Amino acid sequence: MSTLQIVFVLLRRELMLAMRRRGDVLTVLFFFVIVASLFPLGVGPDPKLLRLMGGGVVWVAALLAAMLSLGRMFASDYADGTLEQLVLTPTPPVVWITGKILAHWLVSGVPLILVAPVLGVQFGLSNEALVVLVFSLLLGTPVLSLIGAIGAALTLGLRGGGVLVSLLVLPLYIPVLIFGAGAVDGAMSGLGSEAHLSLLGSILILAFMLTPWAVSAALRISIE
Amino acid sequence: MLEGKDLACVRGERTLFSHLNFTLNEGELLLVQGANGSGKTSLLRMLCGLLTPEFGEILWRGEEIGAARETYHAEMAYFGHAPAVKEDLSASENLDFSCRLAGIPVDSDEVKGALGHLGLGHCLNLPTKSLSQGQRRRVALARLMLVKAKLWILDEPLTALDQAALQLVQTLIGEHLRQGGMALMTTHQPVMITGIVPKTLPLTP
Repeated sequence: MSTLQIVFVLLRRELMLAMRRRGDVLTVLFFFVIVASLFPLGVGPDPKLLRLMGGGVVWVAALLAAMLSLGRMFASDYADGTLEQLVLTPTPPVVWITGKILAHWLVSGVPLILVAPVLGVQFGLSNEALVVLVFSLLLGTPVLSLIGAIGAALTLGLRGGGVLVSLLVLPLYIPVLIFGAGAVDGAMSGLGSEAHLSLLGSILILAFMLTPWAVSAALRISIE
Repeated sequence: MLEGKDLACVRGERTLFSHLNFTLNEGELLLVQGANGSGKTSLLRMLCGLLTPEFGEILWRGEEIGAARETYHAEMAYFGHAPAVKEDLSASENLDFSCRLAGIPVDSDEVKGALGHLGLGHCLNLPTKSLSQGQRRRVALARLMLVKAKLWILDEPLTALDQAALQLVQTLIGEHLRQGGMALMTTHQPVMITGIVPKTLPLTP
């Protein structure tokens, strides 16, 4: 079977598993909505202030939600022995790792993108800023899954891995946050967001090319 | 065909075994023997390529297994402690996915046949979380029947199985060996396969 077919089979399996365990997907989504909704309660209902910080708040909430879902990426496969069997297939690890990361993004990143405009409206973002918010998440959330995969692979099987993964991964998320929130900010202030979005795009391409190799090395260490 | 040369395994500060040599040819069964904690599982994981040996080399058809990774993994099947069965999928879905991911397309009749052979014909479509430990191990054993690997590396394949399944697994191993396959296994139970005299490999520090 070709490598593309392997990725396709893996995607089908991961999506089927996610459908059978819908609770996990919904937990992350509700977490995202609640974190973003806490800010107006904390800083007060001033519309001007909320409009100013809306993009950033949605982005921070997306970062935290993405991190919350990282534990699931390899942990259950590791516990039930599926990961060992994947390593022992003739397929190069980079191929199925890319498939797993893609599946993780479809299950935990895409729902965030779909809900984000609603949260944006709640903060009073302009129409143009809402479009930019969705675009920036579309480019940025795959990077969160890609970089997060390295952290998830490194902390596999460790005690307190959940806390450790946030310490490892959150600092690496900073560029994505800066350019993601910056894009929305640019659209709100009329400065334009093309520069920020192109930088996010280049980060995505770079991460897509490099992280599967890093994850492969990290998994080899964790499995040993 | 499978050769271990001067293998050593060190876990932490302790040397589990060293200067281990063996060869395994077509139609042969090798029983790895040793007390708990003597490094049987470590040796098997080493032979799969999951663990790098501290010392020595492992050859498959004369080639280092690390260098011949793809051909070696295509011809080898590993049965580990964890059955590699997803709880939320049914037995037949599990089997279908694990064969396809190993690069072997199977149709539903083959899957049904293998599961039926292992006595799981009545629970093909139940999620495996409702199956017992022994039944899950039977699902994992059904995978061995379908992937048709040349070399079987089996880590305690006989635990958690009832008498009938014990007999069945030994018959399966016997058939595999008669068709020119090779098997390497650990077990604490007596192994009796008609027509096969197993080689033994004791592990000592």
